[in-house]
Amino acid sequence: MTKYIVKRVLFGLVTLFALATITFYLMHAIPGTPFSGEMRQLSDVIRDKLIELYDLDKPYHIRYIKYLKNAVTGNFGTSLHRKGAEVMDIIGKGLPYTASLGAVSFCIAMFVGISLGAVAAFSKKPWINGTVAFIATVGVSVPSFLVALLMMLLFGVKLGWLPMIGLSGWKNFIMPGVALALGPIAMISRLVKSGLQEELRQDYVTLAKSKGTGEVTVVLRHALKNAILPVITYAGPLLATLVTGSFVVETMFTIPGIGAEFVNSVTNRDYTLIMALTIIYGAFIIIANIATDLISAAIDPRVRLK
Amino acid sequence: MDNLLTTENLSVDFETDQGIVHAVRNVSFHLNKGEILGIVGESGSGKSVTMYSIMGLLGDTAHIQCGKMLFDGTDINPCSYQSKKAYSAVMRDLCGSRMAMIFQDPMTFLNPTMKIGKQLCEPILNHTSMTKQQARQRALELMSLVGIPSPETRIDQYPFEFSGGMRQRIIIAIALANNPKLIIADEPTTALDVTIQAQVLDLIKDISKKLQSSVILITHDLGVVASLCDRINIMYGGKIVETGTDKEIFYSPNHPYTKGLLSCICNPEDDSRELKPIPGSPPDLLQPPKGCPFVDRCDEAMKICKLQMPETTVLSPTHLSACWLNELTKRQGE
Ligand SMILES: Nc1ncnc2c1ncn2[C@@H]1O[C@H](COP(=O)(O)OP(=O)(O)O)[C@@H](O)[C@H]1O
Ligand code: SF4
Ligand SMILES: [Mg+2]
Repeated sequence: MTKYIVKRVLFGLVTLFALATITFYLMHAIPGTPFSGEMRQLSDVIRDKLIELYDLDKPYHIRYIKYLKNAVTGNFGTSLHRKGAEVMDIIGKGLPYTASLGAVSFCIAMFVGISLGAVAAFSKKPWINGTVAFIATVGVSVPSFLVALLMMLLFGVKLGWLPMIGLSGWKNFIMPGVALALGPIAMISRLVKSGLQEELRQDYVTLAKSKGTGEVTVVLRHALKNAILPVITYAGPLLATLVTGSFVVETMFTIPGIGAEFVNSVTNRDYTLIMALTIIYGAFIIIANIATDLISAAIDPRVRLK
Repeated sequence: MDNLLTTENLSVDFETDQGIVHAVRNVSFHLNKGEILGIVGESGSGKSVTMYSIMGLLGDTAHIQCGKMLFDGTDINPCSYQSKKAYSAVMRDLCGSRMAMIFQDPMTFLNPTMKIGKQLCEPILNHTSMTKQQARQRALELMSLVGIPSPETRIDQYPFEFSGGMRQRIIIAIALANNPKLIIADEPTTALDVTIQAQVLDLIKDISKKLQSSVILITHDLGVVASLCDRINIMYGGKIVETGTDKEIFYSPNHPYTKGLLSCICNPEDDSRELKPIPGSPPDLLQPPKGCPFVDRCDEAMKICKLQMPETTVLSPTHLSACWLNELTKRQGE
């Protein structure tokens, strides 16, 4: 098992290196420079100074090697866009907002998704099934910005129940959290519903019942564990995506997170920030995938062999 | 002899997208204490559904109608109970303790993500006041009883680490956990190699004798029941078409379907005793024939066979058969 984890981590590092390399070259292939924006009326002197400082006139591979050397020691450079701001400081400020919002929406998505799915799997009442199916359809088909907008209009403007700006208190989390969770809720509830219905049709459930085990216990002891496997496979990458933020939701609710930074950094050709954010995003995804596989292996002994 | 199980006029319908499947129609039979009863019929003839309805294992799509179902003094007829809850409570008490089932496919009937030991302990913990430690001890005993080598290490393994034959032994061990009075074995050897089939059958026979349990042995292979069963029911198209002692069935079969089955096992050298000797296919259970279910494949079919269900003829106190030919013989004799 330890050998397996070490192997996965090493492979993850290689992937991360490949990701960084590709991003570095692609980023420079985008037309435009950090100084091409309208707002950047820098004097020639400052401009030359910056170019010299960041070796922007040197060939790519020399810059890349220098970048890697620094990055390995934890130095991701300063932002090309915001004067004097260390990239790590920018991320350090934004990440807590993004990550806490992501964690909240992940919990909402898992809790509501699993509950809805389980209810739909067992309910024989058509209206319950209809409601769950409706939520699932809305969740996948209505974009999160529209949901966010409608919620802001209703709970923020009309009723004035919920604050619409920033993340200063727990109430601030509700609207952006729900907006982010709705799509995943739809996905998870469907996975749970079909998974449970599928498992309850399996032969091993019949055998469990033939032992005199009650229906509820059969579900909890036997079916649930097997039905939850696909949800875990989906939940790992979902968590990684959620804690790295969403540009749309962060912008709409004026949340100073890294989701918004990501898009802005590309628009601004803020090379150092793009690189750092990409590496962080990649690392999250890789860690999430390893964690997912470990949890799956803990649940399903057959996975361990592969 | 005392009756252990009596079933009268059992019918089971399934609601499906294609319509209503009449899987079991008006089946009556009984089982004596200490007896081994064989139920033989082609696949799809309603053998499993009959047994599942006795054990209360059918899902919500099944509609059961039944005149009488009595097990060892307990009414287990689902139609006698006001609520599903009351019925379930009675069945939870019986299943896995006084009656138990051995299932057909060792590959699918064990939970793939649960250790063998836990699956074995479940019926013990359900029905006794044993501690987990005691139940584990009992599980180890059961594993030795059914002939699993080195149970101490095997008990903590998962089903995928067992061969088909070994899994079937586990399934048997689960059924035996609480020394049941009735063991229903639903095609216990169908999914196994020929060499292992004989071992598993011997095992069931020996253990039932040791525990003094009664056994219902379901199979689609008449050859399997020949050496084992005291009495045999022949099922076809959701009905019991003939019932008799092993001698009556083997030496003086009455129903054309039984005769057809026997004609395919007359060659003992031939290991491939597949039940496909009779040309044609079983009746469509969505629209079962009004008359004899076997009419489309019967060489001796008459006009009346298509129109009217054959009446049951009593050939001896133990030998019954539902075929119009008997009526014909009787009339000719008069
Ligand atoms: N849950 C179900 N829903 C619909 N049809 C079923 C169901 N279970 C069994 N049947 C049908 O009932 C008939 C009898 O099945 P079964 O008792 O399993 O046959 P066998 O004699 O091979 O054990 C088959 O035609 C089968 O398709
Ligand atoms: S009743 Fe008629 S069709 Fe049915 S088995 Fe007898 S002879 Fe054949
Ligand atoms: Mg069957």
